[in-house]
Amino acid sequence: MHTEPGDRPATLSSTDGGAGPLAIEARGLVKRFDGTLAVDGVDLLVPEGAIYGILGPNGAGKTTTLRMLLGIIDPDAGVRRLLGHERPHDVSRLVGYLPEERGLYPSMKAFEAIAFMGALRGVPLKLGRERARELLASYGLDHAADRQIRQLSKGMAQTVQLLGTLVHEPRLVVLDEPFSGLDALNQGKLEGMIRALAAKGTTVIFSTHVIAHAERLCEQVAIIAGGKVPFAGSVDVARDRIPPQVRLETRAPDGPWRTAFPADARQEGRVWHFSLPESGIEPLLRALIEGDAGIVSLSIERAGLHDAFVSIAGEAAARALEAESGGGPGA
Amino acid sequence: MSARSAAAGRLRLWQAAWVVARRDFVAVLFSRAFLFFLLGPLFPVIVAALAGGVGQQVAEETGNAQIGIAMETNDVDAMLASWERLRSRLGPAIPPMTALKRLDPGEPFDGRKVMEERRSNIAAVVTGTPHSITLTAPEGRLSRLQGPVSMVAAQAYDYVPPEDPRMTLQPVSTSGAQERSTRIKTAQSAMAMLFLLIMLLAGMVLSNLVEEKANKIIEVLAAAIRMDALFLGKLLAMLAVSMVGITVWASVIGGVIVLAGTEGQLGSQLHGLAPPGVGWPLFFVFSVVYFAMGYLLLGSIFLTIGSMAATVREVQTLSMPVTMMQLLVFFFANFALTQQGSAAELAAIIFPLSSPYAMLARAATEDALWPHALALAWQASAVIVFIRVGAGLFRKRVMKSGPQARRRPGKLRGFLTRLRTRNAAQG
Repeated sequence: MHTEPGDRPATLSSTDGGAGPLAIEARGLVKRFDGTLAVDGVDLLVPEGAIYGILGPNGAGKTTTLRMLLGIIDPDAGVRRLLGHERPHDVSRLVGYLPEERGLYPSMKAFEAIAFMGALRGVPLKLGRERARELLASYGLDHAADRQIRQLSKGMAQTVQLLGTLVHEPRLVVLDEPFSGLDALNQGKLEGMIRALAAKGTTVIFSTHVIAHAERLCEQVAIIAGGKVPFAGSVDVARDRIPPQVRLETRAPDGPWRTAFPADARQEGRVWHFSLPESGIEPLLRALIEGDAGIVSLSIERAGLHDAFVSIAGEAAARALEAESGGGPGA
Repeated sequence: MSARSAAAGRLRLWQAAWVVARRDFVAVLFSRAFLFFLLGPLFPVIVAALAGGVGQQVAEETGNAQIGIAMETNDVDAMLASWERLRSRLGPAIPPMTALKRLDPGEPFDGRKVMEERRSNIAAVVTGTPHSITLTAPEGRLSRLQGPVSMVAAQAYDYVPPEDPRMTLQPVSTSGAQERSTRIKTAQSAMAMLFLLIMLLAGMVLSNLVEEKANKIIEVLAAAIRMDALFLGKLLAMLAVSMVGITVWASVIGGVIVLAGTEGQLGSQLHGLAPPGVGWPLFFVFSVVYFAMGYLLLGSIFLTIGSMAATVREVQTLSMPVTMMQLLVFFFANFALTQQGSAAELAAIIFPLSSPYAMLARAATEDALWPHALALAWQASAVIVFIRVGAGLFRKRVMKSGPQARRRPGKLRGFLTRLRTRNAAQG
């Protein structure tokens, strides 16, 4: 997916090859900070109405990419198109943005904070206040409407900011690390909110370093590492990049049948792990039966997004991702 | 931009500035800190009042300074009578005289000793006889008193009423020299007031963006509106807050003056100021307009400087050089006032930061109005340029995220990191 700056097209189309209109189209985005290449030729195609995840460890270039897409900073090279417009600010009122570093005025009341964020996107203050109260009520926070932000819990304040991102009813919502800092309960609520937005036809693009969220929510993802996008496409395609994983347990610990296992097979006692060979599992099973190995259990699992990420972005990026998400692949 | 995209696009500069200004204005006005903001400038007023009281007392004491006479009784009486006769005609040129000691014939008296004792009110001592006097006083005062004292002594015994030449008094309201001098006084007073208010109020802008940065709101704002709209909105909000403050202070001070019944005294002091060249009503209008311009000009620079600071502590560190810069600008404008029509005055008018001061001084001394229209247009352009540059710098410097881990460390930081790594490996 990576293209050199000189390879990028002079103009952009507004569809992804005829499959449907695109909410975001970016080609060859490049950004340097003080001579350091932060983003190196990023291409993204986000269909309208999709839930799209950008996966990558901290420092991979996710935030810089999102900021360039939104026009907060300009790319050094490359082109971008947001909801069919080449200048992101021409559609500012159709876009909602939740930055990675959350921020609200602590002395503002919750409903005023939401109305203020709406006013920044062109919603009259009176209408913004009405919508703010409705939104807070619909998310079970009506009791917090008249409380100052400094009096709210972190999760509540973050929800208030997210509602401020939605108060002007945007067509495209951009969320930078929306799950960070939230407990499991609030993470679940946020996933529900994202699904509800998508159900209404809103395009949602979010960055995350927690693969599980992307796996549960997204139809499409972009994997970003070292400022480049080595993969962008559907989650299924990403998972299909690596063969299904086989777990096989034999009764006998060893025997002449072991030569039938593929070269990548890894033995843990009497349990064998390996990728499903291209020729299928049948030849191996035949050899095991004939060799009287005794098959105790057999499972063939499709590769998860984490395995796909490891395969695409490399072990180092995967380790960084796991360290930031505070656990294993399922965190 | 099409009509459709205009409706979907960012708010216009003024609309966005209004949204920001409205929030900031309300946030400041309804904060507890605003009360301290209102009370703050009253402390210097109290200090000034106290200092004025002490100064007046000192002045009164100085005004009562007398010349002590230590002579034989007849000589003392003759000297005092002579002083009485001359004081009505020579006024303050002759300080009050008093009998310090009536001496017996041949009794010695050491005037130097009296002066060294530093008795209050005695500025000089006259001893000897009216025909041969000894004047004892500090050196600077000797030359000033020599003439009047010798005149009093000369007329002490040989008094002959002098024949004054016939003189017809023809009073005029003012002279060219006097008008120029008093208008400069008006200009200086107005400039000092302008400087005081701008210095008091524009400094607040320094820390104005720290809240947005500290609370991470800046990115929400940057994504939604133009940075120059943010700057303009913040400046206008603080200008409006300042105007509220000035109105409150003026009302309080006016109320105190009326309650104290000293409006007549203030009136006579104001009467000492010459009417400005453009007349009082227009001069007040210009004062407000040039205050606004001065505030916006300096404020836009302060906002930019403050926006580069990451913490309140950094802002506090920056406030000293910023105050010095204000002082320099004020001194330059004051210097230009004394060089009217010179290149220095023109430079003060052209240099945006000193322009409001120089033009207010011009409003006090000259009656032409067109230079003000030109100057205001020039100052407004400078405000726009300052805001644009400041917002551009802010956007460029603050909105870079970038991978911290991949940034090239500075030489010192790199050395320290290597050192730590080596120590850890050895440990």
